[in-house]
Amino acid sequence: MTGAEILDGSVAAPPRDNGELVFEAPWQSRAFGVVADLVDSGAFSWNDFRQQLIEAIQTWETMASADQPPWDYYTCWVVALEQLLFNKVLLDPTELDLRSNEYVERPHGHDH
Amino acid sequence: MSQGDDHHHGSDPNSPEIRTEALEDLLVEKGLIDRARVDALIERFEHDLGPMIGARLVAKSWLEPEFREKLLDDADQVLKDEQIQGAEIEHVEIKANEPGVHNVVVCTLCSCYPWALLGLPPSWYKSPEYRSRVVREPRKVLEEMGMSLDPDTEIRVWDSSSETRFLVLPERPAGTEELDLEALTQLITRDSMIGVAEVKAQ
Repeated sequence: MTGAEILDGSVAAPPRDNGELVFEAPWQSRAFGVVADLVDSGAFSWNDFRQQLIEAIQTWETMASADQPPWDYYTCWVVALEQLLFNKVLLDPTELDLRSNEYVERPHGHDH
Repeated sequence: MSQGDDHHHGSDPNSPEIRTEALEDLLVEKGLIDRARVDALIERFEHDLGPMIGARLVAKSWLEPEFREKLLDDADQVLKDEQIQGAEIEHVEIKANEPGVHNVVVCTLCSCYPWALLGLPPSWYKSPEYRSRVVREPRKVLEEMGMSLDPDTEIRVWDSSSETRFLVLPERPAGTEELDLEALTQLITRDSMIGVAEVKAQ
């Protein structure tokens, strides 16, 4: 992906309602909604989250190019959310790893 | 950005799809979030918020000089009067384009953006390229995005922060003198309110 492609919007989703598709994949909307609900319920503030997001983005930006995965904003978003939940002791890293591994092991065609 | 693999799960436990799903389920089980509330929030950001809200303010300021003056002077008060509320608009400043001055908005550190006026930002706004380059070489970036400005026009780049969000008040294009609020609102694009496009009469 080149800078020009990003800038002219050709990698962005199709336009809609004087804008464009807000989320490019369902998991992105879930990740967004989870943060919004945690802010609404007072688990942390948008500002707390913003600081964590800035850190996640900076971590990506300062990676050596050989290790740097392709840019993905919502991946940074999820990294920031995880880190903030760990810092606030609202979620245990091991617990999240275990659950993630469990979901990967699911047979195809599983039902939620 | 991946295309076409958004609808099945990867086999990587570290993929953001899997992590997000695991995280959401764990938070629901702990009672920290509520799935119905999350659904409603997503719905709101996908459908109720968007550039049409900012566009209405711009159109109104084109039609009513007094409103424009108030908007530029104290946008927060205008938003209160217009009953526009929502996350991320603690303090908004409106920057008016005028002959010889063009404004453009960025968030160099992350993705701060006036959600309640424009909805969530487009992906290019959040891209590392835009965030770093528009500060360094705004004229070139704007040109690449299809906007060539007169070399004498001063470009002002506004860096958003947690404290202040910016909205550009674009110039009203010629040939729109007969249009009413509704018709003008339709012309005003999200990009023109970020400052990377002009408003066109058609």
